[in-house]
Amino acid sequence: MTLSPQTLYEKIWSSHVVKKHEDGTCVLYIDRHLVHEVTSPQAFEGLRMAGRRVRQPAATLAVVDHNVPTSDRSQPIREDESRIQVETLEANVKEFGIEYFGMRDKRQGIVHVIGPEQGFTLPGMTIVCGDSHTSTHGAFGALAFGIGTSEVEHVLATQTLLLKPAKTMRITVEGPLPTGVTAKDMILAIIGTIGTAGGTGYVIEYAGEAVRALSMEGRMTMCNMSIEGGARAGLIAPDDTTFRYIKGRPMAPKGDDFEKAVAYWRTLPTDAGASFDREIVLKAADIAPQVTWGTSPQDVVPITGTVPNPADEADAGKRAAIERALDYMGLKAGTKMTDVSIDKVFIGSCTNARIEDLREVAKVVGKRKVASGVYAMVVPGSGLVKAQAEEEGIAAVLKDAGFDWREPGCSMCLGMNEDRLNPGERCASTSNRNFEGRQGYKGRTHLLSPAMAAAAAITGKLTDVREIA
Amino acid sequence: MHPFKILTAVAAPLPMMNVDTDMIIPKQFLRTIKRTGLGKYLFSEMRYEASGAEKPDFVLNKPAYRRAEILIADENFGCGSSREHAPWALNDFGIRCVIAPSFADIFHGNSFKNGMCPVKLPREQVLQLMARATDYPDQPITVDLEAQEVRAGNLVFPFTIDPFRRHCLLNGLDDIGLTLQHEGDITAFETKRKNERPWL
Ligand code: SF4
Repeated sequence: MTLSPQTLYEKIWSSHVVKKHEDGTCVLYIDRHLVHEVTSPQAFEGLRMAGRRVRQPAATLAVVDHNVPTSDRSQPIREDESRIQVETLEANVKEFGIEYFGMRDKRQGIVHVIGPEQGFTLPGMTIVCGDSHTSTHGAFGALAFGIGTSEVEHVLATQTLLLKPAKTMRITVEGPLPTGVTAKDMILAIIGTIGTAGGTGYVIEYAGEAVRALSMEGRMTMCNMSIEGGARAGLIAPDDTTFRYIKGRPMAPKGDDFEKAVAYWRTLPTDAGASFDREIVLKAADIAPQVTWGTSPQDVVPITGTVPNPADEADAGKRAAIERALDYMGLKAGTKMTDVSIDKVFIGSCTNARIEDLREVAKVVGKRKVASGVYAMVVPGSGLVKAQAEEEGIAAVLKDAGFDWREPGCSMCLGMNEDRLNPGERCASTSNRNFEGRQGYKGRTHLLSPAMAAAAAITGKLTDVREIA
Repeated sequence: MHPFKILTAVAAPLPMMNVDTDMIIPKQFLRTIKRTGLGKYLFSEMRYEASGAEKPDFVLNKPAYRRAEILIADENFGCGSSREHAPWALNDFGIRCVIAPSFADIFHGNSFKNGMCPVKLPREQVLQLMARATDYPDQPITVDLEAQEVRAGNLVFPFTIDPFRRHCLLNGLDDIGLTLQHEGDITAFETKRKNERPWL
């Protein structure tokens, strides 16, 4: 019997089915579980109340990231509730025997940065975390998706989840990316094309020359924002770029095991002739650096574009959404994006706070300075990224330019700690969400790439990085 | 978990698309270690002034809708962050059912885990229910999970829901307990996996 051609997604899915119920719901085995302080306390509490244990503590890795201060860490956390949440996680990992990177551990960082960095994330795995940007790990050809707290508890107790298979979508970006255009621009352009609900119910596989040419950092940026297109997971087939990145990482397989694993990983890519429920093809040459104007990641235009006019929208619901967004963002229809001045720059988040992102920022900045009146912060994705950037001289370039160089964490991506926008402040941000209030009450967020954020920091306005590079 | 069978209640109209979980429960309220008590922060930034005073225009502040147990919204409800605090906050406020043309996946799944029933209907039916809830706030809407029907006056809209989810909701079943009935299968899978993929 010859097997019919399968997609990468189908291969991972079928190798993890423990049991299939009659209606198609599957008990799916979960290989790796990442845990952070915000979405886990109620799950551990549930275990305790039911007298359950963690089934596979060794498949679980915990870190604090959302709540931790990115300034001085020699003192306890000042905000009571944040401190209690961190202390609760510390008590839970002790009680249940889970490996944990605490606030003063060099390996601490954003959960989706540290998993890959440690070699905890590997191709062909199922990976979950109580966080929607778990899609990031799909860059390795792993099926990785965010779950709610009840599911966190379910995975802790059973190492499985109850799920039905998703639909499959392939997005192919043909040809090489033009100069000055990055993975972030590619994914923003994709979300602009499919809309924030376009991927609902799907797992997206990214393919094509422009995707294959990306580094692991770039691939993580793309998969990270799959959820902004409504898809729970994004995938990129593993290849030599992937294997090179993994080799030698602390938790990655070693020696003979590594060779065996690579041989298996090479069988994972989608077979020729496999079919997808939906196919989308874009041309890389059509993509320019992108920037958002509104309060949804789909509200995106090329930097050469203008703020849209709600009057051009026929659907009343959509028109109201645009009007509301323009009002919130303090923007007028027809304004050129490059005429928009900014107050703050945030370089960070699980989308763009890896070493390559910081290199790119330093390259654009060079010997220039942050514009006067602009506050620009850099929050490395992990302690190890921070140390490497310091070693490579990136930190020095950025500090000389006037950037605030901080400790790792989620920081102003969501403003749960003290890093927030003030009402009315406008921010050029390398993060992933421009929702109302996301970066601070009444704060205004423009999403863009690290290179574009660097350009905005230098000029004090949204700027086409290709013009100043 | 409370079973969900038939709910007849006031329905509050929220005619917005892409209501995200940051709106439903902003991050400053995620620093809790409990599941309860979030109802007073539900839709906080839309519901209250910075001073803490209620915004009289927001639907859940209007006398007719203060006791709403059903929420009617537009496309892509619950998008964004995976925070289960969103259904917890809705539930704690008293909302057991959201009716919308479409839901974001994670929010949709999270609702079931909390005994809540997200009902998906064609957009034009949702807009009809929205209009009705706006014009006749005192006339309750019925969500009947047994019959898989939404009824409001002479409007009767059938809906479908995944049979497994429906079974769990109707009987108030807890997923973990169900899965642990297959513990033998999980152990067998783990043994097989160890042989096939020893590096894991
Ligand atoms: S950096 Fe932002 S998006 Fe990423 S995990 Fe932290 S809060 Fe979530």
